[in-house]
Amino acid sequence: MVETDAPHRATNRGPGRLLIAVYLLFAIAATSRAGLQIATRFDEAPVAYLLSALAAVIYIVAAAGLARAGHGGRRVALVCCSVEFVGVIGVGILSLTDKALFPDETVWSQFGSGYGYIPLVLPALGLFWLWRTRNDPA
Amino acid sequence: MDGTLATATIVLSLVLAAWALVAAARNRPPDRIQLLGLAVLEVGLLVVAALALVALGGGDRPGEPGAFFGYLVTLVCLPPLAAVLARMEPTRWGSAIVCAICLVTPVVVVRLQQTWEVLGG
Repeated sequence: MVETDAPHRATNRGPGRLLIAVYLLFAIAATSRAGLQIATRFDEAPVAYLLSALAAVIYIVAAAGLARAGHGGRRVALVCCSVEFVGVIGVGILSLTDKALFPDETVWSQFGSGYGYIPLVLPALGLFWLWRTRNDPA
Repeated sequence: MDGTLATATIVLSLVLAAWALVAAARNRPPDRIQLLGLAVLEVGLLVVAALALVALGGGDRPGEPGAFFGYLVTLVCLPPLAAVLARMEPTRWGSAIVCAICLVTPVVVVRLQQTWEVLGG
């Protein structure tokens, strides 16, 4: 899927731009969800809602890092994708084993099943793309 | 209001997604049809939003106002987002972006309908 003709791969071009678009969509989804939950019913599931907010921030920063590219942007994106990957797997396991901690769903609950498991695939694709573009001269 | 228009936007969006997917598979950048389709889709979504606001003015209230307006605002922003990104990326990946966003749009339409039965959920 990431086959392109160009020998030089820029982080924020081509497939990278598609990745940024999906990150943007998830940034919007997670931000509105977390904002609404925290504003209207924070007491019901504070851990879940704070986690949604954290996920939202990570998606936003990751999208910005990928879009900015360059050395700093790539490093930011690397940290975000790694945290995201650990987060979605950690929260996925926790949401299955400790239901009391998550009375309401988060973006990452059950490995992101509410979002078509894209939250699980996205950080892997992000890390893969960062690795593919490791020689990005920008 | 019945859900005909909302259903029409879902169908249009899916057709557009399929078209864009074919373009991406054939290594084609976003073409005129994709941009035109996004424009038509946006008009349809704006009409849905306008009808919802009219119903709101008529005294109807969505079950979850916060979620409803969140989905509504997100929805009308999606086709322009796709168009802007498609123009920034005049390669097959631009078509892939149009495809991805046109796959997300129907989901948001359905979620919007679930928050308010006025839209024919």
